[in-house]
Amino acid sequence: MEGDAELQDLYREVLLDYFRSASRKGAADPADVRAHGINPVCGDELEITARREGGRLAQVRYAGHGCVISQASAAMMAEALEGRTEAEAKDLVRAFKKMMLENAPASGLPEPLEPVSALEGVRKFPLRVKCATLGWNTILQGLEAGPAKGA
Amino acid sequence: MTPLDTKKLRADFPILKRLVHGKPLAYLDNAATTQKPRAVIDALVRFYETNNANVHRGVHTLSEESTNMTEAVRTKLAAFIGAPKPETVVFTRNATESINLVAYAWGRKFLKAGDEIVITEMEHHSNMVPWQLLAKEKGLTLKYAPVELDGTLDLDKVKATLGPKTKLFAFTALSNALGTVNAVQDLIKAGRAVGAAVLVDACQWAPHRPMDMKAWGADFVAFSAHKMLGPTGVGVLWGREELLEAMDPFLGGGDMISRVTLEGATWNALPYKFEAGTPNYADTVAFGPALDYLSAVGLDAIRAHEDALAAKAVALLESEPAVRVLGPKDPKKRSGVISFNLAGLHPHDVGTVFDLEGVAVRVGHHCCQPLMHKMQCGGTARASFYLYNDESDLEALGRALKRTVEFFKLGAKAGVR
Repeated sequence: MEGDAELQDLYREVLLDYFRSASRKGAADPADVRAHGINPVCGDELEITARREGGRLAQVRYAGHGCVISQASAAMMAEALEGRTEAEAKDLVRAFKKMMLENAPASGLPEPLEPVSALEGVRKFPLRVKCATLGWNTILQGLEAGPAKGA
Repeated sequence: MTPLDTKKLRADFPILKRLVHGKPLAYLDNAATTQKPRAVIDALVRFYETNNANVHRGVHTLSEESTNMTEAVRTKLAAFIGAPKPETVVFTRNATESINLVAYAWGRKFLKAGDEIVITEMEHHSNMVPWQLLAKEKGLTLKYAPVELDGTLDLDKVKATLGPKTKLFAFTALSNALGTVNAVQDLIKAGRAVGAAVLVDACQWAPHRPMDMKAWGADFVAFSAHKMLGPTGVGVLWGREELLEAMDPFLGGGDMISRVTLEGATWNALPYKFEAGTPNYADTVAFGPALDYLSAVGLDAIRAHEDALAAKAVALLESEPAVRVLGPKDPKKRSGVISFNLAGLHPHDVGTVFDLEGVAVRVGHHCCQPLMHKMQCGGTARASFYLYNDESDLEALGRALKRTVEFFKLGAKAGVR
């Protein structure tokens, strides 16, 4: 909507596009990595799964429901991490968290995280930062836990 | 009944003058906590400036004043809720603690493996988790009376859940998440008919509707001061005298003893048996003017005012095709708590846009995750009204709703989720 600069800064068009796009929604098959994240503030749950192939995360998916911020952020995370080695993926998660939690400039993000700079506006809404980091924290937890149980 | 002079009332609440994101505050989160009138704020400051001393401890003048002022509020509150005796009114930190007190001090002593506890699916986590913990510890069966999809309880189904093994029936008088007004006295009767003790969570009832402990005939009733114009940190447990007498203490320490030796202790009289340690007496004293304020305005007038605002708010919300209002359709079964969702939009996003309009609403699961699950949503946005709300708040609600719908381009069938 034209003129609503306050909202446009938070909900940038690219975020809304990621929110509406369901291209990485679902579950990786097989789910070699599986982690479940909960935002206790709102009760939102997110399930992140990934398939390993040749030392890389060949497929990254997210399932569950949530607000525009958490869903768009999970979609961006899945896109950015697909095709990376686990070490690269962890570095990208850390770089993202540095921007969100420590106010590191979005311009300093590594190239695969370029679209993620759209989440910069969320930092002005401290209560919403947890929404943005949910997916990223969840996959980190999955990668650090080792092989998924039952996978 | 004379309508409330909200202009005059609003002047008593200093916080209503503040701006949020440059807009006048439209405070519609009263089910979470209410704002405080000047009289309550002043009483707290005055107490610390002139009377402060620990209660029940000394013979000096300030200690006596402090004790008398605290006990005067207990007596005032007993009259406010129609309690037979002030000693049956126990002060806690909050209603959650009141319920936990019953679970520990009554439940642990009197319930045994195989006994049943019945609660409803619409309970706040504070009237659910203590019973889950107790059930696990003691090998009890916890049963849930079902909630209908319109957010009401079906009395016959509640009765069918209760049985001869039911030793406790605990339910909310008024749903914090959906605004459902339960048939409190029918439910109490149903519980007592099977010989169960009955606990009523009156957190959302006490601020808005008269209650009479003698007429209700329940065994325990819990609520908190901060939802009824009072300070935070003061909860209330009313209990039937025989049960309170028979129970063990909740916490051990100072104030709750009669005599202590190295071998053990005997318990103080009611209500002090349950008030271990230095109580929150300053906030308790400041709760007094809150009760006076509610009595002066009148709960019946407050309720009529809220009902009128709630009816307008429901109409306003439902005029927008993307909105779904949850809870009972019958206004008689609904209070001034309105839960709603916008198609395809998460409540958090709704809450953020509303906040930018200065409108404070609660978003999320309202500490009622099983109920939200039953209503097939993860959460809702909730607007809840009180005596100081007026047409300006409805207008702000309307503006916030319009801004949300326009920004996210929501239509009736929008379903981006």
